[in-house]
Amino acid sequence: MIKFENVAKRYGDTTVIKDLNIEINDAEIAVLIGPSGCGKTTTLKMINRLIEPSSGAIYINDQNILKADPIELRRNIGYVIQQIGLFPHMTVEQNIGLIPTLKNWPEDKKTARIRELMELVGMPPEEYMSRYPNELSGGQQQRIGVARALAADPDIILMDEPFSALDPITRVQLQDELFNLQQELHKTIVFVTHDMDEALKLGDRICIMRDGEVLQFDTSENLLRHPAHGFVEEFIGKKRMWQQPEYIKAEDIMITNPIKATPSRTLTQALEIMSSSSVDSLIIVDDKNKLLGIVTAKQVRSNANKAKRLEEIYERDIVSVKLDDSMADILKLMAQNDVGYVPVTDEQGRLRGLITRSSLVNVLGDRYVGEE
Amino acid sequence: MAIAIAIGVPAGILITRVNKLSSTVIGIANAIQAVPSLALLGFLIPFLGIGTVPAIVMVFLYSLLPIIKNTYTGLSNVDSAMIEAGRGMGMTDSQLMRMVQLPLALPVIMAGVRISAVTGVGLTTLAALIGAGGLGQFIYRGISMVNNQMIVAGAIPAMILALLVDFALGLVEKAVTPKGLKNTNGKEVEA
Repeated sequence: MIKFENVAKRYGDTTVIKDLNIEINDAEIAVLIGPSGCGKTTTLKMINRLIEPSSGAIYINDQNILKADPIELRRNIGYVIQQIGLFPHMTVEQNIGLIPTLKNWPEDKKTARIRELMELVGMPPEEYMSRYPNELSGGQQQRIGVARALAADPDIILMDEPFSALDPITRVQLQDELFNLQQELHKTIVFVTHDMDEALKLGDRICIMRDGEVLQFDTSENLLRHPAHGFVEEFIGKKRMWQQPEYIKAEDIMITNPIKATPSRTLTQALEIMSSSSVDSLIIVDDKNKLLGIVTAKQVRSNANKAKRLEEIYERDIVSVKLDDSMADILKLMAQNDVGYVPVTDEQGRLRGLITRSSLVNVLGDRYVGEE
Repeated sequence: MAIAIAIGVPAGILITRVNKLSSTVIGIANAIQAVPSLALLGFLIPFLGIGTVPAIVMVFLYSLLPIIKNTYTGLSNVDSAMIEAGRGMGMTDSQLMRMVQLPLALPVIMAGVRISAVTGVGLTTLAALIGAGGLGQFIYRGISMVNNQMIVAGAIPAMILALLVDFALGLVEKAVTPKGLKNTNGKEVEA
């Protein structure tokens, strides 16, 4: 765990970081993001003490790193910087083996580790070990950069805009590779970027900074759904949430006042309610608003005896969704069960809304067309 | 020449480390360079007499500037991102110098050494004036006897010698330049 406690950084009169208090959990990718000059890189570099804080304390696993030996500290933290980070005068092998060399590992252990890492990042050792960085493409160089950071198997890896110099296709590829690597390795990764798509894609939690302050440090879902600050919303982009179907929940797309009836209503009354509200189905709830079932106009009309009560005919076996089910799941459910509507309930089974095909079209239409 | 490298390179390193010294040291080396070589020779006679010793001292003093200056320029032009990468990986200052800064600055330092060597050879002909002998003797004898052939007999070998030294050092430079810094002609780089 990395913990910043009241950390500030000042250069003369200018304050770059104001009273920073964040905790980065083990085995998570924490993304620091914000406009340039927000202090994200400064924050990152304070973790390996390339920049010393003016005040406050930084703890790694409850050890105050400001009291540790910086050389030793850095050798135990992986560090990946932009493309330029590889040493051009060293071969791929020497670059990856640098920290093991600094740590005086025996030669055979070092070679074995280098081979292992090259396999891990998908670069066959036989082919690439003795090459120089300028003989590799940008994407390959950065793979080596990642391998180098992993060399001494550090728990913490700092990445300072590692993919920003790459072309978009290679960037996406490396993001995927990093994500997959992380599933295997479970490192604590602190990742600085200015690319919101990258942050949303990689970050378990995202720390949005501006002018040396943390505005919000939260999961991508919470950032999208509950931005704590106008700037956060603006920075992420208001439309962003609607581009991530998994973050759109039932409550975002449902009709909040569906037409409902209690089971004790007669069929005549039911028809009356439907026609006055111009709907062709009623949701059946009990007096505590608990979802019981649904009845359609067709079912009602096919019964000759209109004095019957709804409780005798309504459909009890229906699919319903919870408030926080995602739109992707709901659409799948609707397709699988071939239904045109799903009631939405809360955890207690109480009716909160209704999603129908036409409500989906209306809501999404508003979002995508209305904002342009 | 070797002494000049032995003193010039460390001096260059020192002034990269201690920035305050850089202008002073380069200033002094500049001043020495600015003294006319003939005057410098004359100036050395009261202290070192005549013969080979003052000649060597003169060549040494003139060699210093290009070496110090190029070492300084070479080292201070090493990409700061490289230095930060090295430091971020836990290199000590001396490891950083040995493993990153010096190898990357080497081509520039070597260029300084080559300049020194070529001017040095040219200068030694002057040493004949203070009785150090060498090819310069032919040239001065030729001048005093108004014998062009004799001047040429001294000058051409001196030129050839300078070119040979430069060529030899060029080979050395090539050998010591880290491979990754050279252009890789024709090698395929696949995406």
